[in-house]
Amino acid sequence: MTELAAAEVVEVRTGTYHDSVSLMQASRTVQQVPGVSAALVAMATELNLELLAGMGFAAPQEAGPNDLLVAIRCADEARDAALAALAGALESGPAGGVSGGGGERPPRTIGSAAARSGATLALVSVPGRHAFVEAMDALEAGLSVLVFSDGVPLAQEVLLKEEAARRDLLVMGPDCGTAIVAGTGLGFANVVRPGPVGIVAASGTGAQQLCCLLDAAGVGISHVLGVGGRDLSTEVAARSTLQALAALSADPATEVVVVVSKPPAAEVAARVQAAADELGKPVVMCLLGRGRPDLTATAAEALRTAGVEVPTWPHWPAREAREPQEPRAGFLRGLFCGGTLCDEAMIIATAALGPIASNIPLQPDWTLDGTMRAPGHLMIDFGDDALTAGRPHPMIDPSLRTERLLAEARDPTTAVVLLDVVLGHGAAPDPAGDLAPAIAGARATAAADGRGLAVVVSLCGTEGDPQGRDRQAGALAAVGAAVFGSNAEAARHAAALVRPR
Amino acid sequence: MTGPLHGLLTHDPVVAAAGIDLLADALDAQAVSVERVDWRPPPAGTEAALARVMADPRRGAANHTALDRVLAVSPSLVDVRPAAELLDLSPGTFLHAGPPIEWARASGPLRGALIGAVLFEGLAGSPDEATALLEAGTGITLEPCHAHRTVGPMAGVVSPSMWLFEVADAAGDGDPRRAYCSLNEGLGKVLRYGAYGPDVLDRLRWMSGVLGPLLQVAVRKHGPVDLGAIVAQMLQMGDEGHNRNRAGTLLWLREVLPDLIDSGAAPADIAAAARFIAGNDHFFLNLGMPAAKLALDAGRDVPGSTLVVAMARNGTDFGIQTSGTGDAWFTGPAQVPDGLFLGGFGPADANPDIGDSAITETAGIGGFAMAAAPAIVRFVGGEVSDALDATGLMYEITLAEHPAYQVPILSFRGTPTGIDVTKVIRTGILPQINTGMAGRVAGTGQVGAGLVNPPAECFTAALSALAEATPGA
Repeated sequence: MTELAAAEVVEVRTGTYHDSVSLMQASRTVQQVPGVSAALVAMATELNLELLAGMGFAAPQEAGPNDLLVAIRCADEARDAALAALAGALESGPAGGVSGGGGERPPRTIGSAAARSGATLALVSVPGRHAFVEAMDALEAGLSVLVFSDGVPLAQEVLLKEEAARRDLLVMGPDCGTAIVAGTGLGFANVVRPGPVGIVAASGTGAQQLCCLLDAAGVGISHVLGVGGRDLSTEVAARSTLQALAALSADPATEVVVVVSKPPAAEVAARVQAAADELGKPVVMCLLGRGRPDLTATAAEALRTAGVEVPTWPHWPAREAREPQEPRAGFLRGLFCGGTLCDEAMIIATAALGPIASNIPLQPDWTLDGTMRAPGHLMIDFGDDALTAGRPHPMIDPSLRTERLLAEARDPTTAVVLLDVVLGHGAAPDPAGDLAPAIAGARATAAADGRGLAVVVSLCGTEGDPQGRDRQAGALAAVGAAVFGSNAEAARHAAALVRPR
Repeated sequence: MTGPLHGLLTHDPVVAAAGIDLLADALDAQAVSVERVDWRPPPAGTEAALARVMADPRRGAANHTALDRVLAVSPSLVDVRPAAELLDLSPGTFLHAGPPIEWARASGPLRGALIGAVLFEGLAGSPDEATALLEAGTGITLEPCHAHRTVGPMAGVVSPSMWLFEVADAAGDGDPRRAYCSLNEGLGKVLRYGAYGPDVLDRLRWMSGVLGPLLQVAVRKHGPVDLGAIVAQMLQMGDEGHNRNRAGTLLWLREVLPDLIDSGAAPADIAAAARFIAGNDHFFLNLGMPAAKLALDAGRDVPGSTLVVAMARNGTDFGIQTSGTGDAWFTGPAQVPDGLFLGGFGPADANPDIGDSAITETAGIGGFAMAAAPAIVRFVGGEVSDALDATGLMYEITLAEHPAYQVPILSFRGTPTGIDVTKVIRTGILPQINTGMAGRVAGTGQVGAGLVNPPAECFTAALSALAEATPGA
């Protein structure tokens, strides 16, 4: 390797000023030019002249702190490139100015988002173990909050609701899938006409079913305030339900109030009833369970309370167009997305059929084991927490349930399959488009085996929903499903198709 | 009166959404105004402590109280006096920057500064003797500046013969609280960067013998100098108050220069003092730091408060203190800054982060006010928009916007002030610190300047301690 000829540049440039940071950057730029072994670009202060000497350069003459000092040691060939790099570095900074800056990055916390936007409501759907922190942040920022997340510890739920009560705010949830606040649907919500009925719901799909039935009857909704499935437990003591009732009591748009919940703990029931009695507006209590009125009956009662005639609930195809179907031997298999719809269907069907195995059983000895298989009647809630851990809700991703539908069709003991389809904001864009081919395939599989397979669908939706209720119903009816707007009617119809043994 | 739930049912909602995009999309589809949070999970293992601290019913009010106290302080320079008069420093006691540390773990620049201070105090005759004395430790006590209401830039070494600025709260009527800081020596080979050569010691002697006494006369003649007003002005003149103090230095000099000239001292001494101050763009750093320290000390010891009241480095450890956890330090390894180097120095020559000067960021200036001083961001080859982004990001981890310290280019928005431990953990955003870089080897001096962050473990450790201090824990 031959010794390269070395060049040394030491210049003093007068009448030019650059701040020290620009100059350190310029030094670095020049140092990075191939062939440059040392470079100093700096104002000729005493300190920098010392540095220059320390680097082995000869001292320039008559350099003062307002002069620019340029010192470069490099291979001869690199000289021009080094000086060009220096010229570039000393030119004005990169183009673009301040555009794109200004801290306009997305907010990183609910509190920050609230401060920026003047938000009035927070929607928290982060993983459950983190939800408390964001929800508490929302309350501290003065926002009511819907906690969509599930898996929030009970103690944290109580803390959130205590804080909300102190601040006159509402916590909807945790595990609140549905709300309609002043016309805005949150989570899974159907598009309903505005109207006089306000709903306080500890059950998401329960509230959706009520909304859809009332909408079908031409009666609109003022608000749906979800409170979370545990709100009426002894520990949570209906804190959100009581807040919501008080708010609906004062709300001028609300004339009739419906409370949807599983039967509360006794002492909690008394407090809720007392609040309902003093509300100053009629309250329809819908406490779901065996031996109690179902959601469809509650919708009818709400209509009567509002002074509206109870209609014939929608169904497809029209009854007169439906082929009469004889009850057949075998079992009822219910495959649901909505927990409350599944529960209601089991309550109705068990009266006719006896025990129904389930992952959300009516009684403990009917619990399905981990295989999710049982020889008799069964119903599965695919929206249950245990089945949604680490995967989207079946209202968004139906693949697990579709697989199971085809498996049931291959089972010669399956007589009837009962399915729910939930429409609205947040749900899949075209559930019938996914499900109809599977239903057709299931029926074809059974037919190929010389069996008939009845398919019954509970369709929870409105004509205003983005998916369009009637279009969805038509697609399902076209592949031979009997479709009902009332989940209770669907369950009764399905149970009647099974011949009791 | 807006009705129950603050009018939730009677107004179109504006939604802040964190989590599943699909749910925010559904709001967009309804033409509802929605602000999406760029949410990220906090570090694994912090969930329980974070929930515990977020559930502490004292936290909100405690942070308000602490922050109100910080913002109410009006820092004023009231005197310039020797450390021996102001602090209870016995001979052989040396203060240093950052959390507590012993000689054995001390980095090069801190060792260099301690050697220089031992020589300056006449406790040893040569650097070798000084080193032996410090190694043996006999009659030597090392204590953090912060434990003595003092802050020191870089190595931050304070010994009894050094002169200090004395800062008091003009708003606190008769408030005895004070904060102190040494006089800035300039850049390059100086004690605080670990240099201890004869020129360094000569300068220190001149500062104690001439500069300090002169400034004492001038400041006493002038009366209290409003440092808060200078900080507010310098931020509007291109300084951020940590790595850029040019405007602040000149503003301060303008205040005291008439009284300096009128001090009756020898004209040559006055000229030397004026030349020294005007020739040192960082002179005001040592006034901005105690101003910040005084304000933050007012926010200390509020039970339940998650406010950070000190961030400081000793060249080995980075430490923070919070209002709710008393004098405890939460430490992690100090990082090497990313930046630009003087002359022929490079990253291998740089010592890890050192100095109490991060008190400026703790108080909402320095790196937090980067948008006020876009030139600073070019230390890491950034652009003007990066400076704006850096300040913008700090709003995510702070409790307030400073009412007096404003940034013109952000439409005079107050600087992000009051770091909240919970927000640092929740967002994973670490405080942005602007800093000088000392040479790794004792005696080297300054090698560069740049940007640095604290290690995340300071904040996770502080969070754990805050969680343990919650009622019923």
